[in-house]
Amino acid sequence: MLKNRHVTGWLQAAPLSLVLIGFLILPIVAIVIVSFWRATEFSIIPAFTLENYQFLFGSPVTYKVFLATFKYAAITWALTLLIGFTAAYYLAFHIRSQTVQIALFLLCTIPFWTSNIIRMISWIPFLGRNGIANSTLIDMGVIDEPLEWLLYSDFSVILAFVHLYTLFMVVPIFNTMMRIDRSLIEAAYDNGASGFQTLVHVIVPLTKPGIMIGTIFVLTLAMGDFITVRFMSGSQKANVGRLISNDIALLQYPSAAATAVVLLCTVLIVIGILLRFVDIRKEL
Amino acid sequence: MRTEDDLELVHLTKRYGDTAAVRDINHVFNNGTYVCLLGPSGCGKSTTLRMIAGHESVSEGAILLKGQNIAPLPPARRGTAMMFQSYALFPHLSVRDNVAFSLRMKGEDKPARHRAADEMLELVDMSHLAQRLPAQLSGGQQQRVALARALVTKPRVLLLDEPLSALDPFLRIRVRAELKRLQRELGITFIHVTHGQDEALALADQIVVMNNAVIEQAGHPRDVFAAPRTEFVARFMGGHNVLSLNGSRYALRADEVRLAPQGHAAVVRTVEYQGHHVAVTATMGEEEILAYVPEESFFSDPKSPGDAVSLAWEEGRLHRLEA
Repeated sequence: MLKNRHVTGWLQAAPLSLVLIGFLILPIVAIVIVSFWRATEFSIIPAFTLENYQFLFGSPVTYKVFLATFKYAAITWALTLLIGFTAAYYLAFHIRSQTVQIALFLLCTIPFWTSNIIRMISWIPFLGRNGIANSTLIDMGVIDEPLEWLLYSDFSVILAFVHLYTLFMVVPIFNTMMRIDRSLIEAAYDNGASGFQTLVHVIVPLTKPGIMIGTIFVLTLAMGDFITVRFMSGSQKANVGRLISNDIALLQYPSAAATAVVLLCTVLIVIGILLRFVDIRKEL
Repeated sequence: MRTEDDLELVHLTKRYGDTAAVRDINHVFNNGTYVCLLGPSGCGKSTTLRMIAGHESVSEGAILLKGQNIAPLPPARRGTAMMFQSYALFPHLSVRDNVAFSLRMKGEDKPARHRAADEMLELVDMSHLAQRLPAQLSGGQQQRVALARALVTKPRVLLLDEPLSALDPFLRIRVRAELKRLQRELGITFIHVTHGQDEALALADQIVVMNNAVIEQAGHPRDVFAAPRTEFVARFMGGHNVLSLNGSRYALRADEVRLAPQGHAAVVRTVEYQGHHVAVTATMGEEEILAYVPEESFFSDPKSPGDAVSLAWEEGRLHRLEA
């Protein structure tokens, strides 16, 4: 009987395990293995060598690009958090009717009916040198000549990131906020807390798990991205994703794999540190 | 005898659209008394309490305390404190920090607010658990922390919204004794909302019975129980029969009804053994009569449903109802 239950348990866990092994573990193992292979301009040699990593850590470009990646991720994180928290707060605490709440929430998801790339590219005619933003500002007399930094700059990259990823912040934060007992807000008010004090001492601490889940989404998405940076910077800016994609374009798979492994470890370390501060298990 | 610490409701009204949750009520809560607001759900008792606390706006009328209308003031400046039904303890703060919360909001420094919090925890006998989080406490312990948190602001009036409803029956009886003791020690007014008449009878110096947004009757528990003013009060307090005699309505306590050799003919409907007495329901013509028969006298001549009996009571015990 006991053995039987054992078998049932394994069988129940099997489908998911197989999917995860086949589509997550094996590819990562393959990347790790390839990262130790040797490559020349025209061939890839299965061998064990550390030269991919030596080259990666020996190059100042690596550090610059990693730093740029962190910068994009950090600024994107701060802005999505600010916007996402505000939007979620408004939805959760200021909209009384549940119907309106659901309607507004769905409204947030409408942009997701189109693909990432289309949403990104649609910024280009808006931000371009003769785009809507510049011509409107000139017509209004705010500026005399087109702003150059609107497109193909850090500004446009971060704008696109924020546009693409804010919803990943809104959803978990809204979800956590909806579970906050409304009588806690009244209790804070009863104890003399002002609106701002209630926010700082009650709502933010209780929303931390949601903030953390949103943070993980946004950080991993922003750090792993390459297409947004490429399109929105007109290939003038780099991040780690672009480093990998360039290597792949040059058929330098071992080097790309080594960069990917380092990026994966970096992201895992960042998330590991974040999880030490906030317990998100209650939210899962 | 009026003092300026009395809390007075003057023509207090709360409307939601066209419906009135509380309609034009007037009442004086004497300083230092334990008052129970009693009524079925939806009668307006909680709304009244929340208006006094400042968590519900007042549509019309005034709430007077210390000679001023506190209705426009924010909750923390009214001299009232509220203990919430679910206790509403902050789950991310320790017991001590929960109690010290209001002092922290006022900007008092850490040693001062911890000292005040520890004093309050001492009062409710929770000092040993000051470091715990609310989730690590039992229901009764959480209740005491909530009480300490409400009392730390030194309120003149403590408002309790169904404070015992989340506790199991045994604990409820113990905790209500503690509430009463605390109220006596502190000498402040407690306004306690409940829908349990036994709770109200056990605790209150004064019971205020509410129904359909108005006060049906207010007075000492014994007066309310012995002399209900309306049919609603008689029925809600329980243990009463309401009879129609000669065009008037009368209340008759169930423990005044006897199974006698002679009297009004009736047929037994149900028999319920309840420990120190037996509740016998009998139909007498159209009316259904409840009689609490002492255990010993019932079992000396037991009846079963369907048996014919005669019911008797002293005419002087009939209490005429106004409505």
